[in-house]
Amino acid sequence: MAERKKQEFWRWTESSWKDPDIDWKDAKFITVGIDVGSVSSQSCIMADGMIFAYANMRTGSNSPNSARNALNYALETSDMPEDRMDYCIGTGYGRVNVPFADRSITEIACHARGANLIYGPGVRTVLDVGGQDIKVIQCDEKGKVTNFLMNDKCAAGTGRGMEDFSDLLGVSINEVGDRSFQYEGEEPEAVSSTCVVYAKSEATGLLRKGWTTEQVLAAYCKAMAERIFSLVERVGVNPQFAVTGGMAKNRGIMERLMPLIKLERMRTDLDTQIAGAAGAALFGFALCQKGKGRNKQ
Amino acid sequence: MITAGIDCGAKNTKAVILKDGEIMGKGSVLTGFDQESAVEKSFGDALMRAGASRDDIEKIGATGSGKKLISIADVEVNDIKAMAKAANWFFPNSRTVTDVGAEGGRAVKIDKNGNVADFAINEKCAAGAGAFIEAMARALEVNVEEMGLLCLLSDKEISMNSQCVIFAESEVVGLIHAKTEKSDISKAIHDAMASRIVSMIRRVGVNEEVVMIGGVGRNPGFVDSMKRELEVGNLYIPDEPEFGAAVGAAVVAKEEA
Repeated sequence: MAERKKQEFWRWTESSWKDPDIDWKDAKFITVGIDVGSVSSQSCIMADGMIFAYANMRTGSNSPNSARNALNYALETSDMPEDRMDYCIGTGYGRVNVPFADRSITEIACHARGANLIYGPGVRTVLDVGGQDIKVIQCDEKGKVTNFLMNDKCAAGTGRGMEDFSDLLGVSINEVGDRSFQYEGEEPEAVSSTCVVYAKSEATGLLRKGWTTEQVLAAYCKAMAERIFSLVERVGVNPQFAVTGGMAKNRGIMERLMPLIKLERMRTDLDTQIAGAAGAALFGFALCQKGKGRNKQ
Repeated sequence: MITAGIDCGAKNTKAVILKDGEIMGKGSVLTGFDQESAVEKSFGDALMRAGASRDDIEKIGATGSGKKLISIADVEVNDIKAMAKAANWFFPNSRTVTDVGAEGGRAVKIDKNGNVADFAINEKCAAGAGAFIEAMARALEVNVEEMGLLCLLSDKEISMNSQCVIFAESEVVGLIHAKTEKSDISKAIHDAMASRIVSMIRRVGVNEEVVMIGGVGRNPGFVDSMKRELEVGNLYIPDEPEFGAAVGAAVVAKEEA
């Protein structure tokens, strides 16, 4: 295969985090959630139902390896031996391909549960904009799913579509949000094509017509926000409203989406991409409390 | 009577010169960003090959996504009507016609005179258009011509999970990493695309003589997948099927003169 020297504009930063106030040695149950998504994979380590450490990485072409890498990254960060793990649950698109998991749970259930933990029990509608799908989930005060809608057929409005666009325009994906506001004059109209493939041809046309990269980014972010809103609208929004997934970090889309929804979104200091993994780890904790853990005490 | 048909498409602009039921000349150029000059160029090429001059042409029919930009046209021909008339002109017994182009696909049911009875159209999603195969060829690092031939070497059935071009690209990369043969991947891609087009054709109804026009008709792998999906022995495809809609426009220009 020919070597590509092209810069990878779409490549977002992988990261990990650990709570310095928690000591895993004091915990009764250590549970782990692994969310293997189509584009990114996360692992979340919980100590007695509290988020202790997590890692967020890109999914490779092999799901078992991606799950393993995500776990190893969090273990390194947390400095905890793997055999201390009492229960592990896989979730996400590749959930059946987590070889070291005790069981798997769908990402819809995990996202609702995770959002309930991260944002608090007040959350009733969770919008998850991930790499390959958009989910709108309604849940109760316990984080139990009451209704949901999912789009997983089309890249329009997803992170994967945004990656393609950042690559086309040569703008690092981390800068897309800010750059999309750096245009002069009025906000451009949204790109009219839904399909990412067609939107890319449309964008090329706009650039040739003399639009700046920033104007094209604004037009695309607006189109993505409208696309996401059309799905949200179908399920309806009950306050309070929270956004999870990688796209929650893109202000180019979020600041264009929220005026359409006409609500404030809830805030968190945690990584919005870990909601699924956190939910999975929390389900694991509940199972441990029922005596289903690996290391019975 | 001599008429011309010009089809200004998403990817290529095609022109044909038609005289008394015969094609006299054809011209095709990339549409690019300047549709008007693409129209001029393709029309000029077709005239040259026909050995005709501009004054010999009595009527010009325009079709395709850029038809409104063809200022020299006398008649603006709806894309659906152009393909219906083209199918009838090439194969008078045809009752179903599909047009698979770079950025869209269509299926039309027609009567014995080439009038439209029903139609289905996709121009929203690249998964049912030539752009799909082009994107997949890029992921496989082969050219589009090779892609169609590779497909004929495989008899494996691999189903693709993704509909979207963007997602299918990742899926193809996954298949490459899993050491799947390029020919088997190519067949999976063509089968997936054919199944989308065929489901659209089934919405208007399939008869024995299904005609296919549009540039993707040149791809032998895709034609093979289409036959399997349609469960018909033969697909009726004119030579140089990408000129189909232009021929249809020229036919309409004559009828409406």
